[in-house]
Amino acid sequence: MLEFLQRFFARETTTSKMIAKERLRLVLIQDRADLTPGLLQALKEDLIKVISEYLEIDTGGLEVAFNRERDSVALVANIPVLKVKRTLKP
Amino acid sequence: MGEVIVVTSGKGGVGKTTTTANLGTGLAMLGKRVVMVDTDIGLRNLDVVMGLENRIVYDLVDVVEGRCRLKQALIKDKRFENLFLLPANQTKDKTAVNRVQMQELTKKLKEDFEFVLIDCPAGIEMGFRNAIAGAEKALVVTTPEVAAVRDADRIIGLLEAEEMLPPRLIINRVRLDMVKKGDMMDIEDILDILAIDLIGVVPEDEYIIVSTNKGEPAVLEKHSRAGQAYQNISRRLLGEEVPIMDLEASGGLMARIKKLFGWG
Repeated sequence: MLEFLQRFFARETTTSKMIAKERLRLVLIQDRADLTPGLLQALKEDLIKVISEYLEIDTGGLEVAFNRERDSVALVANIPVLKVKRTLKP
Repeated sequence: MGEVIVVTSGKGGVGKTTTTANLGTGLAMLGKRVVMVDTDIGLRNLDVVMGLENRIVYDLVDVVEGRCRLKQALIKDKRFENLFLLPANQTKDKTAVNRVQMQELTKKLKEDFEFVLIDCPAGIEMGFRNAIAGAEKALVVTTPEVAAVRDADRIIGLLEAEEMLPPRLIINRVRLDMVKKGDMMDIEDILDILAIDLIGVVPEDEYIIVSTNKGEPAVLEKHSRAGQAYQNISRRLLGEEVPIMDLEASGGLMARIKKLFGWG
């Protein structure tokens, strides 16, 4: 019921150009990420650098990718942890 | 030494050839020595848009393969003696010319012309890569539609990887009535998404169809709104500061009356 009401009232304010813009925003995140594998690689290397200060990780098993949900795009990183460090930096 | 400007878009049918024809003619009207090169090999159209299709003897591929001299292939415009067209070949495909040949060709052309306008084929494959090979500047044409803007974004990414000046955007076929209703992205929406400099906005104009029917670029017609917009862009290409056209202004008599009374 609530969803129906929301949809009903949303129709009053959501113009088709707003839908177009939002869809474009999402699709371009995906397109641009595909276009620049170099950028993703650099991000991966930086992530390893930062996380290694706190955790010992398996850098070979690290995966970074964009995950597209219905109305959002998330950066998902899968980082296998080998060991947790006890103190920050020796 | 002239400048080489490629007109490109990614998506087909957004107005690359119309833009090339009108900017070429617009620059010629402003007294510049201009050549337009159609690189859409196999699907040439710039000749018919310009109304010069009956004058073709040699084409781009003939020049590149040495079957004729460059001068022999250049078609002089009917209206302006400082405007020329180098047509594309209609029977070969995009592999008939390569990047190095395009670079050599544009280098030769800019010795003799102040503006070399390259009409680029749709797509991002070889035809596109060849067309941009010799260009120093790029104009990206888009329309306020999702597919066209998406493809423009892709093209901008590819152009930015090349050694050329940052591309500038032309937003074509804008309909103010739809923008007002919120059913068409406006200039700001598109600039927000694409994040490049704008060089012009061209309103939707039925006269474009009439002009291609006749083979007379719209920029020649004083009363065409699209023609006026193209004239403004031509002047901006010369470095003049021309304000972006007020799409609200003029229009029909009714629109003007409405505006007068503040109803528009």
